[in-house]
Amino acid sequence: MARIEVPMPQMGESIAEGTVSKWLKQVGQAVERDEPILEISTDKVDAEIPAPAAGTLVAIQVKEGETVEVGTIVAYIDTEAAPSGNGGAPKEAPAPPAAAPDVSPPTAAMPLGPPAPAPAPIDSAEESGSGDEGGRMRSTPVVRKIAEEHGVDIASVEGTGHAGRVTKQDILAYIEGGPTGTTAPAPTVSAPVPPRPVSAPSSGPVAKTLAAAAPSAPSDLWKTFYGQVQHPEFPVREGDRVEAMDKIRRLTADHMVVAKRIAPHVHSFIEIDFTAIDKVRRDSKKKWEAQGATVSYTAFVVWAVSRLLRDFPQINGTVSGNSIIYRGNVNVGIAVDLDPGLIVPVIRDADHLSLIGIGTKIIDLAERARARKLAPDEIQGSTFSITNPGVLGTLVGTPIIPKGTAAILGTGAIEKRVVVIEDEVSGTDAMAIRKRSIFSLGYDHRVVDGADSARFLARLKKVLEEFPGDA
Amino acid sequence: MTLAAVHAGAGAAPLAVRRLGTVHYGDALALQEGLVQDRRAGRISDTLLLLQHPHVITLGSSSEPRHVLAGATERADLGIELFETGRGGDVTYHGPGQLVGYPILALEETRRDLHRYLRDLEGALIDALGALGVTAHRREGLTGVWTAGGKIAAIGVRVSSGWITSHGFALNVSTDLSYFDTIVPCGIDGCVVTSVERELGRRIPLDGVEGRVVEALARTFGRALVG
Repeated sequence: MARIEVPMPQMGESIAEGTVSKWLKQVGQAVERDEPILEISTDKVDAEIPAPAAGTLVAIQVKEGETVEVGTIVAYIDTEAAPSGNGGAPKEAPAPPAAAPDVSPPTAAMPLGPPAPAPAPIDSAEESGSGDEGGRMRSTPVVRKIAEEHGVDIASVEGTGHAGRVTKQDILAYIEGGPTGTTAPAPTVSAPVPPRPVSAPSSGPVAKTLAAAAPSAPSDLWKTFYGQVQHPEFPVREGDRVEAMDKIRRLTADHMVVAKRIAPHVHSFIEIDFTAIDKVRRDSKKKWEAQGATVSYTAFVVWAVSRLLRDFPQINGTVSGNSIIYRGNVNVGIAVDLDPGLIVPVIRDADHLSLIGIGTKIIDLAERARARKLAPDEIQGSTFSITNPGVLGTLVGTPIIPKGTAAILGTGAIEKRVVVIEDEVSGTDAMAIRKRSIFSLGYDHRVVDGADSARFLARLKKVLEEFPGDA
Repeated sequence: MTLAAVHAGAGAAPLAVRRLGTVHYGDALALQEGLVQDRRAGRISDTLLLLQHPHVITLGSSSEPRHVLAGATERADLGIELFETGRGGDVTYHGPGQLVGYPILALEETRRDLHRYLRDLEGALIDALGALGVTAHRREGLTGVWTAGGKIAAIGVRVSSGWITSHGFALNVSTDLSYFDTIVPCGIDGCVVTSVERELGRRIPLDGVEGRVVEALARTFGRALVG
């Protein structure tokens, strides 16, 4: 009785759907009538949605970043659980400051974008013409467009939305699972159809370069393929626990999918001997201690990589449309484990920093990353990344290349191994115990050739194994 | 006051215009937040803020960070700040010579349509530009105001609880357009940006444009100018 619905409101005649950009209230929190409880975004507009009644927010039905059509229930408010004893004065709970760079890591975590924005609403010109039989408007233009692209008759799709309307989820589920009990309508699209295309904007800021690059392919689908991520859902079994992904996890998930879709990944491996580096560490220990500096193995790797990248512009670049951007700076991103979560602070202009400078910067960034105190600028703009799967003993990894860059270096566990060396004096082979580590270079094969990678790794090995004492 | 008499009949809701000069982006955000609350509570009338910002790049809620092309070093060299904001839309640049307008309006029942509000802002700016001799138009699917020479005004707005508007438009009057090279303007590749000065081939003082814009907005939204 006291449980009332909060629908996605109709914010304009030609607006068929909205994206939940932020929940301003959480489940269990008291809300006043007309107090903003969530923010939605549509093309060029952000809007606050007020509570239709006072009470307690008891359920959130639509997660941040999800796009739903007008009329979809986004939350429930229990009016009988209204908060008492606050004198009836509406709480001044304005929207959180939309101001100023939000410094919490989630907002701009990693060199990646916020969740895909709501696509520009589809033109509603076709509204009256292309409905299904009997003029029964059981869908939005977005849904009809998806149906059309897949040759699906909307009338055969069961609607679970408001008043039996066919929602985007319905049509996508139908396309993925196929209809039950009838013959599957063959998709009429001959071009490769990316998995789960979601609403494809018919206009709006479409990536022109993609359209130009693939004139014969439906550019909307490519845009969707590269720009949007929808993670398939799976049935929940008894005893399972289901939790919404937090923002940093969702951004990471989306980014990983997109990054892997964009770049054809190839990985090459090389083994590095750390004897020379250990010698530098031993020789410099006193000096560094006196300066209060800590220089980790990672600092050595960053130092070496940043010097080399100037000679390998394609590895310090990225494919952009039909062009290649060769970056003017060498900004090295370092993956930091937040447990849970991952963030990649950036050492800017690493090629201009000394070994001690890099070591100090790494410590500073990692500490502030774990304290969630990085500025947005400090997690953007990397031109090359380094990740250290070896830190807990893993032999080596095959990391994903962050989108907008061309390569990532994975450093494996540094272990003592028995290796065969050649005695310099006698020229005979001998066994020795050496600290070694396997490094992997993941590279975008569109712009980095295998031989480039081989040359880069060989140079890296040489620099690290003959590490200068004065770096 | 004379304008009010020309453009609105008796009973039209008042629109106060506040010319603020050059205002730091963060200060303007804070000011708008306060005004939105004041407007919702009925403490002030509809208000139009007119101002300029020092060099700043702002990210809207649907911005792609990759649309900011200038790295921190370059931004620092050029003296450009970076802000994330609560308005809709993609990345944009503000700076000297650009007329920024933030209408804080309580939209009446008949105007409570997000798209209509965007189209109304565009319409007002097109009218104002027309009065200055610049032919401008809308482009389907691309919010903003365009001329044959490119995009001349950017629009990104926020509607707060109670249909109170904030954020608004940025019209390039005599903007140094080279600063747009630091971003992907409009969020689309190949977007060319223009200004009143470029379109007319001569320098136009900002206050000359202000008057036209104020008139056009008052007319479009049926408001009576006060103050």
